[in-house]
Amino acid sequence: MYLGRVIGTVVCERKYEGLEGKRLLVVQPLDHEQKPSGPVEVAVDTVSARPQDIVYLVGSREAALACDPTFVPVDAAIVGLVDSVDV
Amino acid sequence: MILCKVLGTVTATVKHPAFTGRKLMIVQPLDEQQKPNGKSFIAVDHSSSAGAGDTVLVLREGGGVRQILEDKTLPIRSLIVGVVDEVDV
Repeated sequence: MYLGRVIGTVVCERKYEGLEGKRLLVVQPLDHEQKPSGPVEVAVDTVSARPQDIVYLVGSREAALACDPTFVPVDAAIVGLVDSVDV
Repeated sequence: MILCKVLGTVTATVKHPAFTGRKLMIVQPLDEQQKPNGKSFIAVDHSSSAGAGDTVLVLREGGGVRQILEDKTLPIRSLIVGVVDEVDV
């Protein structure tokens, strides 16, 4: 799991079965100091995040488990809106 | 599993139900000399006793996490499973 900042949205009219109705957001992964860390990615949103929100995400197989139904072709999911990071 | 140092905590009110009541920590992977090695990430604290500055043992495999937490549907990938007292290499 890792931190990220929402920087935009993606709209797909045609998408794979199971992805209908899922919001897709463009996310910049962040390190513990909230500095950009690695390439930008597209993640499914499960918590109604908005652009500029700091969120945390889960990747790989677990991203699909965060969705309902659980067998969807996603590899990153936003699973929380971050209130604060204390380091 | 890998050795990590706990850097701090993450607080989130709005979250996926799987994370309700779970403590989120930011951890920094360490090498065998206990120096930082790689990118920091977030892990759920299962030991419930880790704090900032502690060296911990982190499981980074969702299947193992789901077995430990006894829920096959959990979207959790990283879990702190021990607080390290000593490493001899």
